Amino acid sequence: MIEVRVNGRLRRGEAEPRLLLSDFLRHELGLTGTHVGCEHGVCGACTVELDGLAVRSCLTLAVQADGCEIRTVEGLEWGRLQEAFRRHHALQCGFCTPGILMAATDLLARGPVTREQVVDLLGGHLCRCTGYEPIVSAILEAAG
Amino acid sequence: MKVTAEPWVGRALPRFEDEALLRGEGRFMDDIEPVPHARHAAIMRSPFAHARIESIDATAALELPGVLGILTGDEVMAMSRPFTAGVESGVPYYAAASGTARYAGEPVAVVVAESRYLAEDAAELVVVDYEPLDVEQLPIHERFFSYGAVDAAFEAADVVVRGRYDVPRWTGAPVECLGVIADWRGDALTAWANFQGPFTLHSVAAAALGLPGSKLRLITPPDSGGSFGIKSSVFVYVVLMGLASRKLGVPVRWTEDRLEHLAASAHATGRSTELEAAFAADGELLGLRYAVEEDVGAYVRAPEPATLYRMHGSLSGAYRVRNVAAHNRVLLTNRCPSGLNRGFGGPQLYFAIERTMDRAAKQLGVDPAELRRRNLVREFPYTTPSGGIYDSGDFEACLDDALELVRYDDRRAEQVAGEQIGIGIACVVEPSVSNMGYITLALTPGARAAGLPKSGNAEGCIITIGPLGGVSVRLSTTPQGQGHRTVAAQIVADRLGVDPAEIEVSGEMDTSTNAWSVASGAYSSRFSGVGAGAVAAAADKLAAKIAAIREHAGEEISLRRVAGMCHWNPESLPEGMEAGLSAVAFFSAPHLEPPDADDRVSSSASHGFIVDVAVVNVDRDTGAVRVLDYVTVHDAGRLLNPLIVDGQIKGGFAHGAAAALFERIIYDADGTLLTGTFIDYLCPTAPDLPPLTIAHRETPSSAMPLGAKGLGEGNTMSAPVAIANAVADALGTDGVELPVTPPRVWELLQQ
Repeated sequence: MIEVRVNGRLRRGEAEPRLLLSDFLRHELGLTGTHVGCEHGVCGACTVELDGLAVRSCLTLAVQADGCEIRTVEGLEWGRLQEAFRRHHALQCGFCTPGILMAATDLLARGPVTREQVVDLLGGHLCRCTGYEPIVSAILEAAG
Repeated sequence: MKVTAEPWVGRALPRFEDEALLRGEGRFMDDIEPVPHARHAAIMRSPFAHARIESIDATAALELPGVLGILTGDEVMAMSRPFTAGVESGVPYYAAASGTARYAGEPVAVVVAESRYLAEDAAELVVVDYEPLDVEQLPIHERFFSYGAVDAAFEAADVVVRGRYDVPRWTGAPVECLGVIADWRGDALTAWANFQGPFTLHSVAAAALGLPGSKLRLITPPDSGGSFGIKSSVFVYVVLMGLASRKLGVPVRWTEDRLEHLAASAHATGRSTELEAAFAADGELLGLRYAVEEDVGAYVRAPEPATLYRMHGSLSGAYRVRNVAAHNRVLLTNRCPSGLNRGFGGPQLYFAIERTMDRAAKQLGVDPAELRRRNLVREFPYTTPSGGIYDSGDFEACLDDALELVRYDDRRAEQVAGEQIGIGIACVVEPSVSNMGYITLALTPGARAAGLPKSGNAEGCIITIGPLGGVSVRLSTTPQGQGHRTVAAQIVADRLGVDPAEIEVSGEMDTSTNAWSVASGAYSSRFSGVGAGAVAAAADKLAAKIAAIREHAGEEISLRRVAGMCHWNPESLPEGMEAGLSAVAFFSAPHLEPPDADDRVSSSASHGFIVDVAVVNVDRDTGAVRVLDYVTVHDAGRLLNPLIVDGQIKGGFAHGAAAALFERIIYDADGTLLTGTFIDYLCPTAPDLPPLTIAHRETPSSAMPLGAKGLGEGNTMSAPVAIANAVADALGTDGVELPVTPPRVWELLQQ
């Protein structure tokens, strides 16, 4: 049994030592907004915020998160970033989007960003629908 | 009634799909739990490309607590029939291997347990004894086609350009993998799967299970995480999990992992094309002679060998040449079965034609843009020698636009002045809305005549206006991110005079309730043509009924009141009118006949046109290719939603540029997959993709009710060859191969 604070709420769940954080979030806690695309740390779809840092939940064991604070896409407030994604058509199938939103939120929280930083950030995410450019534009617009 | 001054169709409306997806509230295959307590499957797969399966011992696995059972390939063979396909290969294809495994990754058994973790533990305890065999190639299909006077054209030629143009296997790799939930009860199977069509494959799956179609209820979840053709192959797993559910008496769910996906979902065919092209001294293209060898993998899986025939009406490309011959051969290899993949046959065809045009320009001493201009089709509609009907266009104007946008003359001048750049052009006719009959070209005219003729492209749609006036639209186009729901709302809004935001559109397919036919689904860029056509047809039916009721009422009553009359007081309707306010409509584009006795076929209903120009720089020390500038000019007819249109083009380009510069499925000589992870199969990310300039012309399609053509696949067809041409131009060589990776370019630089 582990205990985590997810999106502001205290949650408990069964976690055998080998259980991935991605599976814990999705199948124990029912937070299916976090997606699994490769389970080897390349695609970035499973990115969540763990104690304030964007991490790949498929490369994290659930027990490592015991006592930690987690934020998932369900815990993000609707705001400029989401509006910008919509306006720029920065998502098509939307499967990679939650991971990108989490990574972008982490980046934007650190202060002003450049195009190079955004492009570099997206070097850690696979999107097969958009060609990335609309995502870059959306994140830059949200950065204001 | 709300009257809008400007039609909704044609507006760059942001999508209604987006909000739920951005909130993490999408419902993808692995998110849904439509039946309680489905158990979890893990698939055991052959590690060998070709091996005899001597024995399977599951004793230890079955003793593990939480394991429900195992389904072996032998049981699959006993419980089902082989999948049918477009040609008879003599190698029966079942959902799992029985006796012999024919590719690395082929399912040999399914283990079902209380959790996925347990199922994988149990799979590791199953002992499979394999006897490895040598890999082999088996020719299973051969056809000759000839249109016009090909030999005479070559005899009259001043210049003949010959070459071999290989396009390797690659794959669309959607970020969401395949998934199935199967629930066999009594004599019927209900299956949920992130399937994308074509629904011909529903019939193939039902036949394999020995079920009448009505007993295989196939349902898709509300959201699908991309497909690009690949998820059509999930029908095999619908059968496999259906049999596991049937044997074990429990609902079974399976979500493919990425390693399974890269090894065993579907790849684009690997194709080797030898193309001879006859030219007159003035550059007129007189004749084309193809010899094509297609690697479809271990089995001919439906709809294969369709990759070979999808472009058959466009063997002459964008050009007026009347004499074309093709010798087609299909090989079975010990590799993953091929399947639908964005561009489907287009990248392979155009790599041969458009490389040939560049090489011919060099030999003839003509500028490659000028050589193309002299040969482009000029009058529309145009019937190609092999039977394709190019419905509308202005090819030369698109070429002019592209050359101007890329500053072609300036770029050539810079090149002459010593600038280390290469320029590559591709002129590509983009077919959309496939003729379901083109696949029967795989049969001889005599064999076709002996069977039932096949043709058509029908799509269906249901629109219901409820008792309170709310409008619901049910699509059968199985979207995977293309924004069908938004565009459908725009179309219905215009026809019924309601705000599109008030229209509920469902993209979920349920074969027991949707209006669908064998052609339904999202492939061959068919939504903007027949998908939209079906929506418009259903909306028009309702609009006519609404108009009749208003006329009967003698005043311009609100839609809500019309709906109220239909539902709450049908006695008030005009004499003989049926109650309720629903319409079911099917739409089929015209001119899609079965292939004729001379093997001519109109293989697609509509044809857009694209001119791409790539400008690249090659690093002479490292072999790295940098795309400096990439211009694409499209004529896809009328644009239904320009925001979504450009999104589709950007995505199609990303896949094309990936095939040009990065992606290739590699097997070693023993048939072992070397690109089985996202570390080895290199998908480009944001820093890797070049900037893209998009421009449009809008020549309405004469074949489609809204004038719109498909456009999601064109740049996947054009970008590989446009970039390859640019690299060849930069290096002054003929021998470029896809993908043009730094090691390959570096090798060319050493020659």
